[in-house]
Amino acid sequence: MIEATNLVKRFGPTVAVNDISFTVAKGEVLGFLGPNGAGKTTTMRILTCFLVADSGTATVAGYDIHEDPIEVRRRIGYLPETAPLYNDMTVVDYLNFIAEARGIRNGGRKAAVDRMIEVTSLKGVTKQSIGSLSRGYRQRVGLAQTLIHDPEILILDEPTSGLDPNQIIEIRELIKRLGEEKTVLLSTHILPEVSATCSRMIIIDQGELVASGTPEELSNQASREGTTVVSIRGPLPEITSTLAAAPWVADWHQVGESLGDLHRLRLRGSEGRDIAEDLFRTVVTKGWSLAELYREQVSLEEVFLRLTMSERGDAAKEERSEVNPE
Amino acid sequence: MTNTLTVFKKEFRTYFASPMGYIYITVFLVATNWLFLRGFFLINQASLRGFFGVLPWIFLLFVPAVTMRLWAEERKVGTAEVLMTLPLRDHEIVLGKFLASLAFVAISLALTLVLPITTAIIGSPDTGSIIGGYIGALLLGAAYLAIGIFASGLTENQIVAFIVGIAICFVLLVLGENIVLFTLPTPLVPVFEFLGLGAHFRSISRGVLDSRDIVYYLSVVVLFLYLNLRTLENQR
Repeated sequence: MIEATNLVKRFGPTVAVNDISFTVAKGEVLGFLGPNGAGKTTTMRILTCFLVADSGTATVAGYDIHEDPIEVRRRIGYLPETAPLYNDMTVVDYLNFIAEARGIRNGGRKAAVDRMIEVTSLKGVTKQSIGSLSRGYRQRVGLAQTLIHDPEILILDEPTSGLDPNQIIEIRELIKRLGEEKTVLLSTHILPEVSATCSRMIIIDQGELVASGTPEELSNQASREGTTVVSIRGPLPEITSTLAAAPWVADWHQVGESLGDLHRLRLRGSEGRDIAEDLFRTVVTKGWSLAELYREQVSLEEVFLRLTMSERGDAAKEERSEVNPE
Repeated sequence: MTNTLTVFKKEFRTYFASPMGYIYITVFLVATNWLFLRGFFLINQASLRGFFGVLPWIFLLFVPAVTMRLWAEERKVGTAEVLMTLPLRDHEIVLGKFLASLAFVAISLALTLVLPITTAIIGSPDTGSIIGGYIGALLLGAAYLAIGIFASGLTENQIVAFIVGIAICFVLLVLGENIVLFTLPTPLVPVFEFLGLGAHFRSISRGVLDSRDIVYYLSVVVLFLYLNLRTLENQR
């Protein structure tokens, strides 16, 4: 449904989006993940034809974003970050305007607006001006705007930011429900949100795509590079020298104090290999005994941190150098 | 066309959705009536020449205030992102906004019709020049509005939009006024007088409806709406 190829967008000297390509299949809920300022919003703005990419292109529902921006926009429901709304308008006026602009006119319009008020539970506030609404209601009005023309594709920029926990759950459930029949692209920097709602995720950092896959795939991939913890009963000097000599161990260290002749060690395999079996075999041939052996699970948080770590260091450095001249 | 109408309706309603619209109109009416009536009984003539004489200067402050919100607010609040990802073409949005502001100015002008009616009751003014004056005022207003919308598209700060709007209108107005014309070599005088916003208004409000004057105002409108479109494109 969405196919982006080599998208690039610059703002002056800064490259906001650098050569990003990805696809979103029909019926998929794709999570767009990255630290703030990674280029998520810019990418979404390009797909919704709010911004024009400097190079590269994308097709949305079969229409090219450069050739047929109007057709693309017709098929997308877009919820910008923080759901900007016309504060002077009443809820019902606003939805009427959006419906009309979406080409839903005459008889269909009232039905569409009523349906949206129903779906997003806005019944009590239809005559209120949007400026007087709470954050949660504003987000719902934003969602109503996004859904009113029953689009095939939803692009939601941080749909749960600034909401309280109940509202977050409510919105997530709505997204899940919508994801059953629609193609959804949503951005977030909140990790549990991805596991809660998305079937696949993409991590971008500094405008570049750094990883993609299902949440499980990504944490598996990361745990392969992860660490193995082992408790061995045996003489410590011999264990130490054997591990130091073994080519499949990248580095290792002892965890805590030895309990008599029981030693707990954390090891990392060389070149990311799984060393559980190697460890087992060594213990058996040496005649020691094995008290525990497990691979440490890597959470999505750690995957995310690891993939976007370099950026944080650089950003911190940049911030410092920017502050200095002043 | 229906898309333009949709944007028009939304923008036009917004003028009256907050007290701002009413405040603008009140200030405009108080200013025009006061400036007109101040000298009306002294001159003792049933004529609206005084009113049309000050109108380009009142418009100079009033019209950019009407348009300053149109793009600056959309960009500041972020609603531009919603508006410009709707299946609407940029020119439909620009035209809708322009026509809504024109309707607002037309209403403000219509409310000053009390003046010619009063004048007609107590004397016998030249109807031709009054009708011409109102047509001219609307054309002049349209030119100012287009400039104001262009200025509003340049920034997300309404005050900046307001001041830039006034500045451009002022330059284009004063270009053809005597203050500037006196300083110019004689061959350039008719050129600058033609370029200025004021001279065409004066000739229409004399009751002479010349196609050149109308074409002039329409070109200013088209030029600045086009420039507005280009700024929007550059921001994408």
